[in-house]
Amino acid sequence: MEKFQTLVSTAVPLQVEDVDTDQIIPARFLKATTRDGFGENLFRDWRYNPDGSLKEDFVLNNSKFSGDILVGGKNFGSGSSREHAAWAIRDFPFKVVVSSFFADIFKGNALNNGLLPVQVSESFLSKIFSAIEADPKTELKVDLENQTITLVSTREAECFEISDYKKVCLLNGYDDIDFIISKKAEILEFEKNQVKF
Amino acid sequence: MAKTLFEKVWDAHIVHKIDDSTEVLYIDRHLVHEVTSPQAFAGLEKRGIEVFRTQNTVATPDHNVPTKDQHLPIQEELSRLQVAKLKYNCEKFGVQMFGLGHPNHGIVHIIGPELGITQPGMTIVCGDSHTSTHGAFGAIAFGIGTSQVESVLATQCLLLSKPKTMKIQIDGKLGKGVLSKDIILYIISKISSSGGTGYFVEYCGSAIESLSMEARMTVCNMSIEMGARGGMIAPDQTTFDYIEGREHAPKGENWGKAVAYWKSLKTDEGAKFDEELYINAEEIGPMVTYGTNPGMGVRVDNHIPTLENIEGENNRITFKKSLEYMGFNPGDNMIGKKIDWIFIGSCTNGRIEDLRIFADYVKGKKKAAHVNDLIVPGSKQVENQARAEGLDKIIEEAGFKFREPGCSACLAMNEDKVPKEQYSISTSNRNFEGRQGPGARTILASPLTVAAAAVNGYITNVAEEI
Repeated sequence: MEKFQTLVSTAVPLQVEDVDTDQIIPARFLKATTRDGFGENLFRDWRYNPDGSLKEDFVLNNSKFSGDILVGGKNFGSGSSREHAAWAIRDFPFKVVVSSFFADIFKGNALNNGLLPVQVSESFLSKIFSAIEADPKTELKVDLENQTITLVSTREAECFEISDYKKVCLLNGYDDIDFIISKKAEILEFEKNQVKF
Repeated sequence: MAKTLFEKVWDAHIVHKIDDSTEVLYIDRHLVHEVTSPQAFAGLEKRGIEVFRTQNTVATPDHNVPTKDQHLPIQEELSRLQVAKLKYNCEKFGVQMFGLGHPNHGIVHIIGPELGITQPGMTIVCGDSHTSTHGAFGAIAFGIGTSQVESVLATQCLLLSKPKTMKIQIDGKLGKGVLSKDIILYIISKISSSGGTGYFVEYCGSAIESLSMEARMTVCNMSIEMGARGGMIAPDQTTFDYIEGREHAPKGENWGKAVAYWKSLKTDEGAKFDEELYINAEEIGPMVTYGTNPGMGVRVDNHIPTLENIEGENNRITFKKSLEYMGFNPGDNMIGKKIDWIFIGSCTNGRIEDLRIFADYVKGKKKAAHVNDLIVPGSKQVENQARAEGLDKIIEEAGFKFREPGCSACLAMNEDKVPKEQYSISTSNRNFEGRQGPGARTILASPLTVAAAAVNGYITNVAEEI
């Protein structure tokens, strides 16, 4: 996994609540057997017409907006456990998703793929949306080490939460599996003591 | 210290504690399917490691399979390749797999319980959010992403943060025509599609205790639709009776030992939940959804909320967008809405009791001429049982077709799709935009409400019909 470094970037505002993983990547695009290329179909049915032409009014198709950060409405990533949703966003490529509330499984999947979910308050989210609306060149600074997100122009900032363990993983590019494998003796001990029927 | 059911099972599986919020948890059973596993097996190959505990792992292709002519090669190329990849990986890594046509084949969450693989007190995971289904047995069961599938294949463990706990107690007697699907749709309509996020739910109360195992599975199955990681029900005699004698159930003297342990799996007097919700069963009626997430549901005899009923500007924007997609207006009655498609099936309602309910209703009646149907058993065992009981004949005589098992139109990865802007009333679990096909409009309901719509051609109130 790539190491996560402090990021300063413009952002793409997706002002929709309850963005479920079926919208992020519809089920019919889950047939691949590798992790690559899902960005092409990110938000497929919001981004493209059935004939494959672009839906001009969708925010990802609006050339005014760009950057490494996707800002979404409340309850982002609900629904299916498909990790393909995190892969698609990371592959697009975005490096950070900001929302006022994330669905659990999506949040975990994002963290396992070097995609940082930044949960902010409702009021800070509104400020971000308003700032980008007023000026699409608005920059956000995401500092994982200090767990802060800042609107660069006004220096308004908010702290965000992340478990200490996951923070270390993201900053260093570690994954869970290497860590758990290092605990193999404890796993074997657990199995030895487990009552089985 | 008094513990909840959830805490008892969780604590019994801790292998290593990193800090107060992060633990390594042992996983007893891992169910694998074709869509979320290929990249995980590829990860093992890349690391040069084997599946750590093949005996704890079972696989079946379900999401992507056709529901007719399963004896023939799969027509759609990418689906065929993905199913073939699962077979290749299972053979290579020594994982047991039930392929198409096998008597044990079916939707992962249907076959786990019916084979007795799912047992109280276990931790069970699968790369599928509806793994919560298995919680009906008093197991901690939840969906995981592909990186976690790889973790469980590699180590039989997961690194997790412990969720908070929520009790949902439903007491009283369910009304006429009210099924367990209505209970869960009602709960989600009360607390919204995100109201359970961060929690693991325990369902309890007399209305829950009165349910069969299959009905309990429907409730637990949709826990994820309120954002909860999973939902569980304390095992009782109904649970033990269901499990006894199944292929993987404990046998001989182990059976007695297992039951003795399972009986200890209930929330202690005085144990604390982080959140509690109490519901009177009599409030619940037959339910339908009107919007594009499972929280947007109403009693069928009620109407779609009006804009004034929706609090907050953002919620109103979401509500309007949703109704626009569905082609409904605020304040509309749901009774009388025309239906183009019906879907009976999925891990939510694809079990034998669901088919019995459907067949019992349509027996001697005829499908409405304009209605298209997808009636899909959840597993080969369910299919065979339905045939043995003659349900297939009843269903076919009423003008429907009885298909072969798979996830089918629940997520429309195979050919079973609802066309754009057509209305589907469905026993599945998600009414998201495009879930049953691009542009499809899904209304979630119980198998009984779907049966009535299939015959009438529009939504009715089954409570008044039976």
